[in-house]
Amino acid sequence: MPDLLLEFFSEEIPARMQARAAEDLRKMVTDRLVAAGLTYEGAKAFATPRRLALAVQGVPVRQSDVKDERKGPKVGAPEQAIAGFLRAAGLTSIDQAKVQADKKGDFYVASIEKPGRPTIEVIAEIVPEVAKAFPWPKAMRWGAASAQPGSLNWVRPLHSIVAMFGPETEEPEIVKFDVGGVTAGDTTYGHRFMAPAAIKVKRLDDYMAKLDKAKVVVDAARRQQMILADAKNLAFAQGFELVEDEGLLAEVAGLVEWPVVLMGSFDEAFLAIPDEVIRATIRNNQKCFVVRNPKTGKLANRFILTANIEASDDGKAIVAGNERVIRARLSDAKFFYETDLKTKLEDRLPKFEQIVFHEKLGTQGDRIVRIETLAAELASSVGADVEKAQRAARLAKADLLTEVVGEFPEVQGLMGRYYALAQGEDKSVAAAIEDHYKPLGPGDRVPSDPVSIAVALADKADILAGFWAIQEKPTGSKDPYALRRAALGIIRLVLDNGLRVSLSHPLAAAASQHLLILSDPDYQTREPNARELAAWERQKSHYSEFEKLDPKKALDEVDRLSLVGVDIVADLLLFFADRLKVQLREQGARHDLVDAVFALEGQDDLLLIVRRVEALGKFLDTDDGKNLLAGTKRAANILRIEERKDNKSYTGAPDSSLLGQGEEKQLAAAIDTAKIEASAAVAKEDFATAMTAMAKLRPHVDAFFDKVTVNVDDKALRENRLKLLNEIREATRAVADFSKIEG
Amino acid sequence: MADDLPAHMRPERSFQGLILTLQRFWAEQGCVILQPYDMEVGAGTFHPATTLRALGPKPWNAAYVQPSRRPKDGRYGENPNRLQHYYQYQVILKPSPPDLQDLYLKSLAAIGIDSGLHDIRFVEDDWESPTLGAWGLGWECWCDGMEVSQFTYFQQVAGFECAPVAGELTYGLERLAMYVQGVENVYDLNFNGRDGADKVTYGDVFLQAEQEYSRHNFEHSDTVMLFEQFKMAEAACRTYLDAGWEKSAGENKKHLMALPAYDQAIKASHVFNLLDARGVISVTERQSYILRVRELAKACGGAWLATAGGGTT
Ligand SMILES: Nc1ncnc2c1ncn2[C@@H]1O[C@H](COP(=O)(O)OP(=O)(O)O)[C@@H](O)[C@H]1O
Ligand SMILES: [Mg+2]
Repeated sequence: MPDLLLEFFSEEIPARMQARAAEDLRKMVTDRLVAAGLTYEGAKAFATPRRLALAVQGVPVRQSDVKDERKGPKVGAPEQAIAGFLRAAGLTSIDQAKVQADKKGDFYVASIEKPGRPTIEVIAEIVPEVAKAFPWPKAMRWGAASAQPGSLNWVRPLHSIVAMFGPETEEPEIVKFDVGGVTAGDTTYGHRFMAPAAIKVKRLDDYMAKLDKAKVVVDAARRQQMILADAKNLAFAQGFELVEDEGLLAEVAGLVEWPVVLMGSFDEAFLAIPDEVIRATIRNNQKCFVVRNPKTGKLANRFILTANIEASDDGKAIVAGNERVIRARLSDAKFFYETDLKTKLEDRLPKFEQIVFHEKLGTQGDRIVRIETLAAELASSVGADVEKAQRAARLAKADLLTEVVGEFPEVQGLMGRYYALAQGEDKSVAAAIEDHYKPLGPGDRVPSDPVSIAVALADKADILAGFWAIQEKPTGSKDPYALRRAALGIIRLVLDNGLRVSLSHPLAAAASQHLLILSDPDYQTREPNARELAAWERQKSHYSEFEKLDPKKALDEVDRLSLVGVDIVADLLLFFADRLKVQLREQGARHDLVDAVFALEGQDDLLLIVRRVEALGKFLDTDDGKNLLAGTKRAANILRIEERKDNKSYTGAPDSSLLGQGEEKQLAAAIDTAKIEASAAVAKEDFATAMTAMAKLRPHVDAFFDKVTVNVDDKALRENRLKLLNEIREATRAVADFSKIEG
Repeated sequence: MADDLPAHMRPERSFQGLILTLQRFWAEQGCVILQPYDMEVGAGTFHPATTLRALGPKPWNAAYVQPSRRPKDGRYGENPNRLQHYYQYQVILKPSPPDLQDLYLKSLAAIGIDSGLHDIRFVEDDWESPTLGAWGLGWECWCDGMEVSQFTYFQQVAGFECAPVAGELTYGLERLAMYVQGVENVYDLNFNGRDGADKVTYGDVFLQAEQEYSRHNFEHSDTVMLFEQFKMAEAACRTYLDAGWEKSAGENKKHLMALPAYDQAIKASHVFNLLDARGVISVTERQSYILRVRELAKACGGAWLATAGGGTT
């Protein structure tokens, strides 16, 4: 079956758009082929800086004929109706229609045959459509045609189109169409500098082969492989190790049609600049790789560039040129770094008062003060030195205003650490400045220094409580402030460090800071320096002077604020529960067990929750666990039914004098013991023992259901037995809400 | 390459030779060769021969050198290729010809950049001038990793769609010259192409200026005066714009003073750059200053479109 070869040849396509564009081209063309009834065997798209190509294999020569029947009017219908039918069915005379009969009598049927069209004609329609609707992230107009509205939009000026269709064994044909003044043909061009001549192509295999000869590697994946292999070899040959970088590799492969990998060097004196800054400079601005010394792990004074030509001097001039630029770039970076070192981090803070963090949540300056207060408050609960935590929180954001971070945002935090150490800050303060953003992604390191933990928690609690307070929670896929990541960050900070903190504490503290500010009507007009003071004054008046002032009003205000605060914290805890579920599920835990534990009151100690979930999981794997769960569920079911029937709930302790049967008495006694033992164990956070205590209930529950009838005629007795059932449910709540457990 | 030239005039021998070669090259392509605009600007784009002439339907091909001031780029003469005052070579071709990339590469060949020896690349860089209300798509042109030119297809200028689209080439002359002369430091460039005692370097001409202006731009410029100048330029621009509209009320009202008004927009823009370099404009204010200049530029663009040059007859 025939193949289609398509190529759009243009001026340089941005590297970041190429892969997506190739995929879009493949999908748009093949979708339209299929919609036109043309199936195909395979399709592959390619992109280089100057071309977007597509090969579709095994497309039928023509569409198959379509047969269709069209029901017409009754025989003997008015002339008008017949004429309309003929027109619609494309017939010239009613003799061309068949007559068929149904219950209502005879009627006309036209069989319409739509002959399939040659595929090449269909393609000639599809491709211009695709070109006109092509979803480039940014497209442009150009040339004389752009004087008129409606001229073609393409990523950069389009120069030629190849469109060939035909079977493998014969000469393929040119698909005839025209897009924005460019007529499709069989001609493309080789490498811009090394083989710019026109090339005639027929189909994918000779296209690839001829372009390869003309110094164009059409396949981006192959270009990447070539670059990576050569870069590694070059580094290795000199005793270095390539610092691999996938994103950069993909980008570089999108900048060349014929990769030629070369190595250059720079003055060792620049190695005084932090490695990360050197790398960012060389990577972002020059799109070059860096290499490290495998022994020390530190960067070496070399870089690896990917040129687009085989130069006549083997690349000497190219290397020299790149070295010159990198020298200038590094000297800029050094200038920035050294300039930054001249200003103390704390001296940068006043500027934050002018930078809006969020319209409703105040300035960056406000946020820093809040984080500082919070970090100090949390410090002791995570074992951190209060002053250090406060100091770190105060300086944590300062590097955002440095030259280096302005130039390379990805080194934020890290530069803060360098500058902090340079100005003689305590080591853990410096570390906290870098680490307070962490953990960012799932693979990111979780800080373990208590000072870092305190500041990291404060940073995240502040942002969460803030957006909750102004009711901008994440919805669906929208999470512009990365609040999910912040919550997950807190979870990982707590769990990975085995921290025993009740989550409500930081969240409530963070929420109350926001609420004080949000409820201050004059907040926006106050001088930044006066804001904290005002908040403090207000707090004082709330809590101590409210009696003297306007008792009623002050009290109402305190209530209102704390109520809102409680709501925020409660809602945030639900959000954390969801995040934790996702997290635990990823680690293989059952989400229903997480639910069963969260359903208990006052669960805000993440570590205990996790331990409880673990213990519960283990317990439910045992026979005792499974049977107890079944028994509890049975009790709950009976209760549910009876409670609904009677429209009342059977809570409260059963009357011991009404316990008649032996199984009843034993169950009641067992429940009492289990409750006491389990609660004691829970109090000691020994969940395994609590589960064991529960397990002892099992034979008694089984025996009760075996021998005792609940729904007896004696009303008092029935009620008492129902209450006993309720006691089973209650007892198990010492460890989890069994009703939430599946199975 | 221009082999008929005396040695000291060759593009690879002297800075001025490079400029003259480009002038000749673009003159051959039918461009009007203009002289620099006589005001302080941040880039050749601000020259009315680009900003204003890019608007409207009339064809226009021009080339010129433009001294460009970037107060923030001052490095006290210590950076090998970043200057607070440098020369741009600016080419504007409207409508953009189909072989614009080829023409550009030929111009590089003319000044001695051999594409068989050097790695020339078109790297995505979408140009945007928030102060001019202008944007376009194109590239930074790299030569061995050095950004030597900006290549843009203007899509919008002063808030107006370009119809037809103009192609703009901006060469960083010092960086190109460093290339073709093979020097590591801009101040070592041979300016006049002579040897020995007769040789004048770029440093001889500009090093002192770079040091003095860096001090001025970062430390001493009179910000009180500058804030005042900004306001004055802004007000004058509006006054001239208002006064320039033809009195005869009609459908196609013409504007009679678009160019003088635009001068004031240019002035405001430069004053803003000076203030910005001094760091006296806060982040939030910065945005509003940019918007204010943009409003001026837009109003001037609108006025220009109502002139003969802008296609109104
Ligand atoms: N501060 C500078 N010193 C010297 N050359 C520069 C400087 N800034 C830019 N250039 C050169 O000028 C060219 C145009 O600069 P660019 O900033 O891209 O211009 P525009 O502002 O017109 O877009 C660049 O390609 C570069 O070679
Ligand atoms: Mg640029």
